[in-house]
Amino acid sequence: MILGLVALCAPLGDTCLSRGMVNLPPITLAHPLTLVAAVFTPWIAVGIALLIGFFASYLTALSWADLTFVLPATAFGNVIVALFARFWLHEAISLERWAGIALITLGVGFVAQGPSLTERPVVPQLRAHGSELAADASGLDESLQELSRTEDEQEVQPR
Amino acid sequence: MTHTSLWFAVAMIAAVVVSSTIGEVLTAAAMKSIGDLDDIRARSGLKGAIKAVITCPLFFAGVGFLALAFFALLFALNHLNLSLVAPASASLTLVTNAIAGKFFLKENVDRRRWTAAVLVCIGVYLLAH
Repeated sequence: MILGLVALCAPLGDTCLSRGMVNLPPITLAHPLTLVAAVFTPWIAVGIALLIGFFASYLTALSWADLTFVLPATAFGNVIVALFARFWLHEAISLERWAGIALITLGVGFVAQGPSLTERPVVPQLRAHGSELAADASGLDESLQELSRTEDEQEVQPR
Repeated sequence: MTHTSLWFAVAMIAAVVVSSTIGEVLTAAAMKSIGDLDDIRARSGLKGAIKAVITCPLFFAGVGFLALAFFALLFALNHLNLSLVAPASASLTLVTNAIAGKFFLKENVDRRRWTAAVLVCIGVYLLAH
């Protein structure tokens, strides 16, 4: 679901940005404020919203999966763009591009079959936890010894 | 393309690839250090999840490098064709990320992931060619 959002939001956002920027007159560095005004045009605003959605989904995916798992999956967005172009915009797709689509799909299928996260060895974590427990236990031991010393002193006091 | 302009083009694409790889690795390391965002959101709500992300310095370092990669891409697009810059930077970044993931994030990049990275890399090149 999250990876699907990542793959869908990025190409849709880029397409909206591209469509919005093409509709605007040429922008030069002499008038940089026109770039700020461009942000508020409908297509570019929708594009930015979709790219924010992409970044949020991408960060969520990175919080539970490896980078080397997420990145090939995000490349599937290129395939979605090509399919949009073919079936929605009725653009012609060359044999080379169909080969590219097939290779990306194969690559994503390959990586998706494996584990999404590298298993970390638990021994060092257990060892660290064990040493913390040992430190606590030695502190407790010292307190007990001190308590028994105090009791001994109280016992030897003359009545 | 002359000898100098060839090296200039290589340097521009390399700048995009290197800054993008550093940005992706730092962002991934930040998200791993924060933990599963779905769990955080379930525990402390959306505000808690946003706070966990924006209080992580590694995340801002990553975003800084990603911004650098974006401006390097704009600079490269100003001098080179989109049909060269987009496929070259996208496919090279996949390979450099696999290498960086293995050495810096200590991810288990097994034969399956290497094969996937190479297949996607060639696929992106063919798609944008």
